[in-house]
Amino acid sequence: MNFFLEIKENIVISYKAIIAHKMRSFLATLGIVIGITAVTLMQTAIEGINRAFESSIASVGADVLYVQKFEWFGAQDFEFYRNRKDLTMQHYEYLKRNSQTAESMCPSVGSAKTVKYGSLDLEGVFIIGTTDEYQKTLGVNMEDGRFFTAKESEGGNPVCLIGTDVKNAFFENVNPIGKDIKIGSYSFRIIGVMEKQGSMLGLFSLDNRVIIPIHRFFKLYGTRRSLSINVKAGDVKNLEETKEEITSIMRKTRKVPPGKQNDFGVNQQSAFRDTYDQLTSLIKIIGLLITSLSLIVGSVGIANIMFVSVKERTKEIGIRKAIGAKRRTILMQFLVESVVICLLGGVVGLGIAFPISLIIDAFVLPTAMPLWVVVLGIFISLMFGVLSGFFPAYNAAKMDPVDSLRYE
Amino acid sequence: MKLIQIRNITRVYDMGEEKLYALRGVDLDIEKNEYIAIMGPSGSGKSTLMNIIGCLDTPTSGDYILNGKDVHEMDDDELATIRNKEIGFVFQTFNLLPRSDSLHNVELPLIYSGVSRAERIKRAEDALTNVGLADRMKHKPNELSGGQRQRVSVARALVNNPSLILADEPTGNLDTKTGEEIMGLFRELNEKGNTIIIVTHEEDIAKHANRIVKIRDGMIESDSGIKQ
Repeated sequence: MNFFLEIKENIVISYKAIIAHKMRSFLATLGIVIGITAVTLMQTAIEGINRAFESSIASVGADVLYVQKFEWFGAQDFEFYRNRKDLTMQHYEYLKRNSQTAESMCPSVGSAKTVKYGSLDLEGVFIIGTTDEYQKTLGVNMEDGRFFTAKESEGGNPVCLIGTDVKNAFFENVNPIGKDIKIGSYSFRIIGVMEKQGSMLGLFSLDNRVIIPIHRFFKLYGTRRSLSINVKAGDVKNLEETKEEITSIMRKTRKVPPGKQNDFGVNQQSAFRDTYDQLTSLIKIIGLLITSLSLIVGSVGIANIMFVSVKERTKEIGIRKAIGAKRRTILMQFLVESVVICLLGGVVGLGIAFPISLIIDAFVLPTAMPLWVVVLGIFISLMFGVLSGFFPAYNAAKMDPVDSLRYE
Repeated sequence: MKLIQIRNITRVYDMGEEKLYALRGVDLDIEKNEYIAIMGPSGSGKSTLMNIIGCLDTPTSGDYILNGKDVHEMDDDELATIRNKEIGFVFQTFNLLPRSDSLHNVELPLIYSGVSRAERIKRAEDALTNVGLADRMKHKPNELSGGQRQRVSVARALVNNPSLILADEPTGNLDTKTGEEIMGLFRELNEKGNTIIIVTHEEDIAKHANRIVKIRDGMIESDSGIKQ
């Protein structure tokens, strides 16, 4: 008998059987419904987190090294870090003089301060002191105005650039360029507004900041701070080469003896990514455990109902066998029935998950149910249909025609 | 030409400690286009013999050749094919699928032999028309009378042009008048060239056949031979 013809007939048969036992079939597939809903929503959520991460990490340039006092994700004992010395402008100048591979670099130093404009004030603004090379090294786009020049940078002029949060707080309908704001008790003239960057993983805003010349920063707030020396390699391909060079120059100027570990950190975006990947794979594993648990429970439910269905239809199996159904035909009939029930469960699960994903998208974090998740959901329900239907169907297939015809 | 050749068939049921001898060595030849009744009281072994003739069961020992095919050593799936192509069953309790209409019930053997949909429907309609149910094709079994249900099962038995129609107490669940109608139908079918075996314990039914074989205690007690 033709395979596709058989499948088609079996779908009709299982449709009739399911219609005849609507409530029972629905209850049987409830576990699958919940499982598929869970698996698709989890993937949708992970997709959303991934998107948020990708847009956040864009602010940490992929081809930039951040030479700092500490590693971002260090895992050594506190003792190991305790006696580290600050990074200073001397280190920066030494690096700049000696590096052959870096495309550009800039020092930066930061502190949170209250910013005032007239009678308004904004607390906790991140004040960054840096040089004119900051723009080139870290890729700052201007919404309005300009970055400060080398001359302004070296002279430590009282000029500043503001992020969009600061602009929105003070200058609703006014052009901020040329206005004076106060950082602490010192006055700065606004010469530029930076483009909106969004937030880092939704945790803190990247637009709540003000950039000023580093010499001004030192003069007003002191030099006793460790710098971040930001080095642009120019291309991700050259990152490792630049990293090696920078590390060896730094070891030289810091006089680290051969064989000893660095007493500074050379950080890069991939450190974020590695940590993030560890975190999300943990979430994925936990999610997978929960969803497979509900799918297994669902599958036991389906198998149970299929055993009942086979037992109930012993006579029908006998009739079908008497008029020529082979073992395989009967096996396929019940397997298809189980698959159809599971697929219905899967489709209902997707039907529940999809509007929820829209709600998540609108109110929690921007996301979308990826197409492959839909395909995965269908595939999983198919697989569980075969899995839970096999033994009941096998039982049906090997029934003796004489005994089953006699069954009442 | 011989349609059925049965040689020294036994069927032993293993009931744990005991063995139950349902058939103790049966020889039976049936020609094409015969109309034969197998009779016997309950427990005589006639149901076992019918199951073996119908390829629903296989003998413990002995040979069975059906329409030139040696069936006594076939496996389940080969037997299923033989049942599908060579045998049309008519049961006492009709054994129709309750959720399917007459047309689909009659179509079923054709589905299992892989006939295309269009041809299936045409042949099933023809078979139903032949048994006088042209106007009952879309009715489900519970919408039909007993006699009509049995006609549907006769149509199902006929639809694949089997070499043998095997009827097990076909009138057992019908009133006398309807029973007579069904027997008339079998008579007609026999006259058109079908080979018919009827298993019954009723003399009145058996006398419709051209030959009566009586079974007792797992053996053939008497064989009338073909009445002319």
